[in-house]
Amino acid sequence: MKTTSILFAGIGGQGIIKASSILATACLNSGFDVKQSEVHGMAQRGGSVVSFVRFGEKVYSPTVEQKTADIILSFEKSETLRWIDYLKSDGFLLINDYEIRPTSLNYTGKTYPERSTVESYLKEIEYKFVNSTEEALKLGDVRVFNTILLGVIAKKIESISIESFHKAIELSVPSKTIQMNLKAFDLGLSL
Amino acid sequence: MVKVIGKAILSGNEAIARGAYEAGVHFASAYPGTPSTEILESLALYKEVKAEWAPNEKVAMEVAGGAAIGGAISLCAQKHVGLNVAADPLFSLAYAGVTGALLIITADDSGMHSSQNEQDNRHFARAAKLPLLEPVNSDEALRMTKWALKISHQFDSPVILRTTTRVSHGKGVVTLSEREEIPIYPYKKNFEKYVLMPSNARKLHVVVEERLKKLKELAESSEWNVIEDGDSEIGVITSGVSYNYAKEVFPNATYLKLGFSFPFPMEKVKEFSKKVKKIIIIEEGDDFIEGYVRQLGLSNEIIGKNILPYCGEMLPEVLKEYLLNEKVEKKTINSNHILERPPVLCPGCPHIGIFDAIKKQRLSVAGDIGCYTLAALAPWNAMDTCICMGASISGLSGLMQNPMLTGNNSVAVIGDSTFIHSGITSLIDMVYNNRKGTVVILDNRITAMTGNQQNPTTGLTLQGNNTSQIDLEALVKAIGVKWVKRVNNYNLKETSDALREAREFDGVSVLITSQPCALTEEVKRAKKYPFEIDESKCIACGACLRLGCPAISKGESGKSKIDPVYCIGCGMCAQVCPPKVQAIHKIEKEA
Ligand SMILES: Cc1ncc(C[n+]2csc(CCOP(=O)(O)OP(=O)(O)O)c2C)c(N)n1
Repeated sequence: MKTTSILFAGIGGQGIIKASSILATACLNSGFDVKQSEVHGMAQRGGSVVSFVRFGEKVYSPTVEQKTADIILSFEKSETLRWIDYLKSDGFLLINDYEIRPTSLNYTGKTYPERSTVESYLKEIEYKFVNSTEEALKLGDVRVFNTILLGVIAKKIESISIESFHKAIELSVPSKTIQMNLKAFDLGLSL
Repeated sequence: MVKVIGKAILSGNEAIARGAYEAGVHFASAYPGTPSTEILESLALYKEVKAEWAPNEKVAMEVAGGAAIGGAISLCAQKHVGLNVAADPLFSLAYAGVTGALLIITADDSGMHSSQNEQDNRHFARAAKLPLLEPVNSDEALRMTKWALKISHQFDSPVILRTTTRVSHGKGVVTLSEREEIPIYPYKKNFEKYVLMPSNARKLHVVVEERLKKLKELAESSEWNVIEDGDSEIGVITSGVSYNYAKEVFPNATYLKLGFSFPFPMEKVKEFSKKVKKIIIIEEGDDFIEGYVRQLGLSNEIIGKNILPYCGEMLPEVLKEYLLNEKVEKKTINSNHILERPPVLCPGCPHIGIFDAIKKQRLSVAGDIGCYTLAALAPWNAMDTCICMGASISGLSGLMQNPMLTGNNSVAVIGDSTFIHSGITSLIDMVYNNRKGTVVILDNRITAMTGNQQNPTTGLTLQGNNTSQIDLEALVKAIGVKWVKRVNNYNLKETSDALREAREFDGVSVLITSQPCALTEEVKRAKKYPFEIDESKCIACGACLRLGCPAISKGESGKSKIDPVYCIGCGMCAQVCPPKVQAIHKIEKEA
């Protein structure tokens, strides 16, 4: 079996590491070898954060190369463009329709990219926008937006069973929030 | 028999902690530093282990070394540059050896994700004549740690385990076992072994050389140095994380994977060289392995750092570019559409107040390492130097040898953890040598940079016990500093006035800030009353934006706005809003 590579991108504090570790646990639950990597440290201070998950029969490198990601999950709209070159041509891109404006806009003179600007780069790519904040509010808890996003990509990862995801969520989130996170995940599956 | 209790996904750091725990480690000490920090944080969770933060790496190694001499199974951990600080005990503990066991972990930072240099600490193993282990992933990190603690005891030698960032922070599947409880070995006074006076040390040096010979034999036949058969065309010699990258690029080659790379297994390489035509040596950092391989004078073609770079990580894309001439495709995105997101100071970070004053007083700044190093960037640009921990104070003393830089136009800034780590002796130097100059201690009462660890200024230990809290003012006064003042750094005028007064003092002056880090529990728990900007009053002058608080941004109209979710209500922005405008006010309800 070929190794599958998934890239999570976004901003420090958005729960990217958590989401990728739930996925990694689900991969283990489904009997795969898995590697996950991210860089801690400076990146946590409001900077852009990336995390890689790779699974398969035997996985070596913990990092993902350009043009090789099967799926990219971008937690923040503009961050999509930083990582889009990592997606392979028949990969799938999920974009959280959410903006975090960096302070650098105050001095670089750049403007935050419009949705149309982002889409102009996605002409030949299979992609989907999800407003996870809105969806999470429907469930009554904004904090589970990242679990919703995980549900959306779970649908695309056929080799990992839904059960494995459910078990991984139960293991990874505080016990009081398990039910809400499971609901959020299932909502994601339905989107 | 040790019982296996299942599989888990652990980072390399967590795996090292788990391995040490399973091996029965009694004691561990460290000073935090990326990418090594989580080793002690993970160990601290096991109640059977005593895990401590030390004020710096030298102290950590001395305590761990003492514990090992006393009979404990012990370890210390540090980032690569931390081993520079601990180098003095390192070289001599190598002579003294252990009664229990001592593992020394160095986490190198290939790619410099969060470090000031990219040194390759394998050289330390050779220089100190200690065995060196290099795990390729979490699974090996766990198993090697256990093994290392065993051979440390068996060979009466400290052992060095070297990781790099992707091994430390990368996660993989490991098998967990139960802890093997080993009582602390009985301590016996041993003058000839543990008192390194020349007459003893001369004999011990001979012992060290003999020990190295035995360790070399062990390396030659070690389970960690394995040949993986494959195509005979290409033979790859590699170690650490590079093995994983190489496997992605040359999946069918024959491999010599070196997990126990010093003393170097020369015979193993000879055996390997007969199996393959061309040898490619892939290692992160320097030509450590390559140096030995080339000494053998083999007839094989050898490729190493003559082609591959010394700098950065040996990622698959790097190997493809340099070895296969497959250039990574250029990015296709217009750079104007990719936003800069450098690490920033947090919303309401108390460091902002003092750097606002430093910037407005146009001072030269001998800086140091911590969150506040970010003040070297826009919008403050308020740092001239940042070399290593502690070098702010001593660096200022050196800079002032040029008459252009004086105690009036230059200051040193240093965080509380860094001051305790290695600033105190530099301050003593300043006082002792009769200098005039100002030191600002940024006392946010936490080691923030590495993820908010406790330190001697915080009143708590790593394992959550209450302890005494250092009195920085009393300490500084005891050194002989005559001008010491604490300021509320959320009050910009008070801060700025105090800084001016400190600079005017004819002697050494120390200004200490008092606001805690915005990420400490005490601040996070406190009620928050965020501020807002009255758009009808805002004149879009940008004064609040220039503070550099990430809760403040420029809205579409060019006027500023404050994100109420991020704002912690420090109120610094309201103080820089021009007195005639006064557009910024506290929202009188809790967020
Ligand atoms: C010798 C050495 N050890 C550890 C580190 C990692 N490190 C850099 S700064 C720092 C401490 C920062 O704490 P503090 O001085 O209190 O400043 P803060 O980040 O809280 O502002 C650490 C642990 C290092 N760079 N060098």
